Amino acid sequence: MARNFFTMMRSSAPTGTAAPPASDSRTERATPPPPNMKEEAAAGVGVHLDPNLEAVRHDFTEEVEVALQLRNVSAFYGSFQAIDKMTMPIPQNRVTALIGPSGCGKSTLLRCFNRMNDLIPGARIEGEITFEGRNLIDPNVDAVEVRRRIGMVFQKPNPFPKSIYENVAFGARINGYSGDMDRLVEDSLRRAALWDEVKDELDKSGLALSGGQQQRLCIARAIAVQPEIILMDEPASALDPVATLKIEDLMRELAEHYTIVVVTHNMQQAGRVSDYTAFLLAGEERVGRLVEFGPTQEIFTNPLDQRTEDYITGRYG
Amino acid sequence: MAAQTPRMDGPERDTVRSLLAELWRDRLQPSRPGSGRETPSGRLIHGALFVTATLSAFVTIGIVLVLIFETVEFFREIPLIDFFGSTKWSALFAEKQFGVWALVWGTGLIALIGLAVAIPLGLMAAVFLSEYAPPRVRAVVKPILEVLAGVPTVVFGYFALLSISPVIRDIFGQDVGIYNALSAGIVVGLMIVPIIASLSEDAMRAVPRSLREGAYALGSTRMEVSLRVVLPAAFSGVVASIILAFSRAVGETMAVTIAGGGNPQFGVGPLEAVQTMTAMIVQLSLGDTPTTSIEFKVLFAVAMTLFVLTLGMNFIAQWVSHRFREEYE
Repeated sequence: MARNFFTMMRSSAPTGTAAPPASDSRTERATPPPPNMKEEAAAGVGVHLDPNLEAVRHDFTEEVEVALQLRNVSAFYGSFQAIDKMTMPIPQNRVTALIGPSGCGKSTLLRCFNRMNDLIPGARIEGEITFEGRNLIDPNVDAVEVRRRIGMVFQKPNPFPKSIYENVAFGARINGYSGDMDRLVEDSLRRAALWDEVKDELDKSGLALSGGQQQRLCIARAIAVQPEIILMDEPASALDPVATLKIEDLMRELAEHYTIVVVTHNMQQAGRVSDYTAFLLAGEERVGRLVEFGPTQEIFTNPLDQRTEDYITGRYG
Repeated sequence: MAAQTPRMDGPERDTVRSLLAELWRDRLQPSRPGSGRETPSGRLIHGALFVTATLSAFVTIGIVLVLIFETVEFFREIPLIDFFGSTKWSALFAEKQFGVWALVWGTGLIALIGLAVAIPLGLMAAVFLSEYAPPRVRAVVKPILEVLAGVPTVVFGYFALLSISPVIRDIFGQDVGIYNALSAGIVVGLMIVPIIASLSEDAMRAVPRSLREGAYALGSTRMEVSLRVVLPAAFSGVVASIILAFSRAVGETMAVTIAGGGNPQFGVGPLEAVQTMTAMIVQLSLGDTPTTSIEFKVLFAVAMTLFVLTLGMNFIAQWVSHRFREEYE
């Protein structure tokens, strides 16, 4: 029934315009979001639409908590709208991949999660991103606090020009960490699968490491702040295949303790590492929209939207 | 039909094209300057440009040669130990003493007071301009700051006498002289603030944006990003700017001649009058010093000392900025 509803609405809603949502879907949306997916599924909401009547969502095949809940998230750079009304959950302790062609707003969306776009003059976010019951987009929420809870790893490794030890200790130091720093550094480096390679040269500059090691150092640095969520913006795109594989293995391991959101250009990578996938696409006017969201396996084997299928099979550039 | 011209297509044609392009590029490459085929007027201009370019180098070499020559003359009459081994200076008295340390003391005292003023002010200005100021504010403030460096130093000298010294006397008592090292040092500090601020700001802005983002992403405040990441990452440039500013303070003449007083004494405090090397040179070269006299020759010995000091300083600045530069691809 839900599937029929979806098909009907899709054909009636002109692409790219924010058609007013059908009244029944609005009431459905107005109720507070269920705390976990299972309840939602139990309520009989299968494949359905988000309020902008565009994105498709698959059933969840497991019971999982939600780390971040997005509702109608839009982002702007000045007068330019980069993403439009995205609604989706980010499941906890899972790897969620954001995929889509260049310019579809993946990185912008990722940078909404830890308010990184606050640093860009003229950038603003609308909508709601619920994190532990609070809307972290709310200007009254301290962005610095948000970033301590939601860490980030960047496309290009960016270790500080300090020793390996100080790189890892940096975040803990500024957060006033009072525990055993040596232990924290070791644990973080171990979790980032770097300890064995650097344990004898912790005083060496972080910049002296190889690209792949630098990226794992940056992951260790993010872990040392003990975040709940780690955002990764194409973390392996500047690395060679061997280093890439290491980062991917690491992401799988980290998902046991952290919620991971990864932006990637690489479809195979998304398929290999992620549990859930969101496919984003920008239309003619270059505004990024969520097209499809669901378990990675579903998205890759049984995409419901033609555009998702086209992208996954490599028909987009 | 007609004898077909051999048609090339695909990779073959591309190969020929790239070969042709390479051929033409070689042909079209401009001949290197000075490599033949110059018209007479071209040669004239070439020559004129060469002369102007080398003139300043020759002038510098000439000055150094004169300095060396006169300094050697001086040390023929006065042994080295009397110059570098004494702290008493009385070049203009009947009983002459040439202990250069009395002048180095004055110079060092004023330059250090200057740095004590300029380093905090300059670095704070640099941090503000690089990390805090909105682009529009920066576009206005930085040029104004740099204009400060263009104010004639004689103006600074009188500013010290008329505005700074009275305040110092208000604070430390009226028995402090109007001419004192503190007043001169503060004004020298103000003069070198633009050097530190401007060069440090350049160095801080050259720190890649990705480092700042990395620090912000760990939950740093703007202050922590500025002081714990950007400033250390720009360390080499900041230190170089401080050394250059110090070298400028050591070489500063007019303001310290006016405000420092004329008291070449080793070991005096900041509230007393001092005399710097530069101020002594002014004093010696102003009067009717005969060119054959020892007072005339000591002028060059002092100038040589000053020259070596500032030159060394500039070398250190260069070395530091190369040695500690972080390479970010």
